Amino acid sequence: MSILIDKNTKVITQGITGATGLFHAQGARDYGTRMVGGVTPGKGGTKVDGFPIFNTVEDAVKETGATASVIYVPPIGSADAIMEAVDAGIELVICITEGVPVLDMVKVRKYMDGRNCRLIGPNCPGVITPGECKIGIMPGYIHKPGPVGVVSRSGTLTYEAVWQLTSRNIGQSTCVGIGGDPVNGTSHLDVLKMFEADPKTKAVIMIGEIGGNAEEEAAAYVRDHMAKPVAAFIAGATAPAGKRMGHAGAIISGGKGDAASKKAFLAECGISVAESPAEMADALLKIWTP
Amino acid sequence: MNIHEYQAKAILRNFGVPVPDGHVVYNSNLARDWARRLGDGPWAVKAQIHAGGRGKGGGVKIAKTADEVRQYAKNMFGMTLITHQTGPEGKTVKRVLVENASNIADEFYVSFLVDRVTDRVTLMVSAEGGMDIEEVAAKTPEKIFFEVVDPVVGLTAFQARKVAFKLGLAMPQVKQAVSLFLNLYKAFVEADCSLLEINPMILTAEGDLLCIDAKINLDDNALFRHLRIRDLRDYDEEDPMEIEASQYDLSYIALDGNIGCMVNGAGLAMATMDIIKHTGGEPANFLDVGGGATIERVTEAFKIILSDDKVKGILVNIFGGIMKCDVIATGIIEAARQVGVSIPLVVRLEGTNVEKGRQLLAESGLNIVSAEGMADAAAKIVKAVNG
Repeated sequence: MSILIDKNTKVITQGITGATGLFHAQGARDYGTRMVGGVTPGKGGTKVDGFPIFNTVEDAVKETGATASVIYVPPIGSADAIMEAVDAGIELVICITEGVPVLDMVKVRKYMDGRNCRLIGPNCPGVITPGECKIGIMPGYIHKPGPVGVVSRSGTLTYEAVWQLTSRNIGQSTCVGIGGDPVNGTSHLDVLKMFEADPKTKAVIMIGEIGGNAEEEAAAYVRDHMAKPVAAFIAGATAPAGKRMGHAGAIISGGKGDAASKKAFLAECGISVAESPAEMADALLKIWTP
Repeated sequence: MNIHEYQAKAILRNFGVPVPDGHVVYNSNLARDWARRLGDGPWAVKAQIHAGGRGKGGGVKIAKTADEVRQYAKNMFGMTLITHQTGPEGKTVKRVLVENASNIADEFYVSFLVDRVTDRVTLMVSAEGGMDIEEVAAKTPEKIFFEVVDPVVGLTAFQARKVAFKLGLAMPQVKQAVSLFLNLYKAFVEADCSLLEINPMILTAEGDLLCIDAKINLDDNALFRHLRIRDLRDYDEEDPMEIEASQYDLSYIALDGNIGCMVNGAGLAMATMDIIKHTGGEPANFLDVGGGATIERVTEAFKIILSDDKVKGILVNIFGGIMKCDVIATGIIEAARQVGVSIPLVVRLEGTNVEKGRQLLAESGLNIVSAEGMADAAAKIVKAVNG
């Protein structure tokens, strides 16, 4: 087992005829992911590089039995694409697109209430279960199958953590990039709960950022309910207050959400906090032996 | 994106929210002329900068005569206002708002924002108007009232009524408040705001509610569907280098240190700044070159970093996911040649085709120090800069 995706997961790509969508659909297929087709309205019935294309997600699900969808649709249509996937009964929707209006996401979250679907993202690198299934834009080869779960808001910083693990010959169970937007589908806490319940995951690295209180919420869960060891890094210790650091979520306001207070709280909750981003794997190895 | 108070008030006026009559001016004679046109006074003369706390710095004055309006405006134009939100360098006043002043009987705080905990738009009010709301939240959180808005139904009249009564308003004012809050919510949603703050909303001596200050932050991601609002951007309020960077889709923020950074990805860029500091150096900037680090973008990034005289060395940290390292290396070499980088340059590359990338850097003939891993990269650049 792993979380969210494994070798049996069938995946469709929404926005497959765009350059980005096709490039990453090919990359995922090369990795071994069961990429069963794509959706582009108006191009149903055709094929692109061997991928069958459908006009609607409903058609794609009916024909391919896909249970997961990855979205590369531009921001203006991202919210609609997510809701179409939810409506078609897709169980896991991963939205890679960056720049989705926040009020669109507020509506999407409301639309998803009470439905059996999990959304990852938007503005995220995706999800990978190494050796089995890669959905998203991460470079597959830096990963290695193994026992460590990784969850992060950031793309390249996740690669950094994964690379530190792989270089020490430690593999990963599943790596989840939840995205840097203020309103998204899945939180650090949601992913920690899944890792705690997953027998294959033995330890976790959580990467957070300044702004909001999602890391604190996750840390309280680690303290109260989690048996598995957790290490963490919080990016943004040097970020000036009030400035948006690339990710819309990463703003310190009114002295809340700064790196120092987050790190202190995480440490109080029994999490091994890395002082430097070069020490994420080492911080985990301080409290856990593979 | 931030906009000025007078622009925010113009948007609110269009949605039927009561705001004082007023006009923005660019010189003091016009300030006097507009004051006369607006009425018999008194008038409020308000410096327009993208920061709160203007009153304490002399950026808000009440004038009793039109000549006083002119005098206050004259004092404000060109003045550097330093408030708790401007940073120590302050902001220069180039626009002044002249508007009719009111007799204030009571003050309230009203705002709408996107709450990250509930993933909903939230209405927040307090009877502690005119105060710094973060201070109220820290000291007396029981004096702040919330209503979470259902995005399908929108703000309802009963929710508006509930908080209006909590503010201690009498029935005639509760009715006004309901209409005012509903219109504010409509403005918030239709303009795609991320924050709409009225501080204060006042009760006038005549018994009317009026929004005498207004702050709007707009969601940058939604500007594509608000072209007229996008045009309200005031470039004078922004760092010229940040504007330059944004034209090349680079996300850049200037800091005080002397080590320039060029990184792909916001999280890794923040972490790179952190590790420089952790290693004993000071980062000069945040710079995210994004996923597609083309030669043009890397060249522009170098130019922007080097335009900061404080920069004594540059650290490039790229984890190539989508991008191949040999392509990035070619970009760095080409850009370094074009721009003529003469200060220490440490490059850390990781990811697809990394060996090829490192080889290209080594064979370039340029004085580029190659690093393996973030710790090594930080140590090398800090040593090169600090000696």
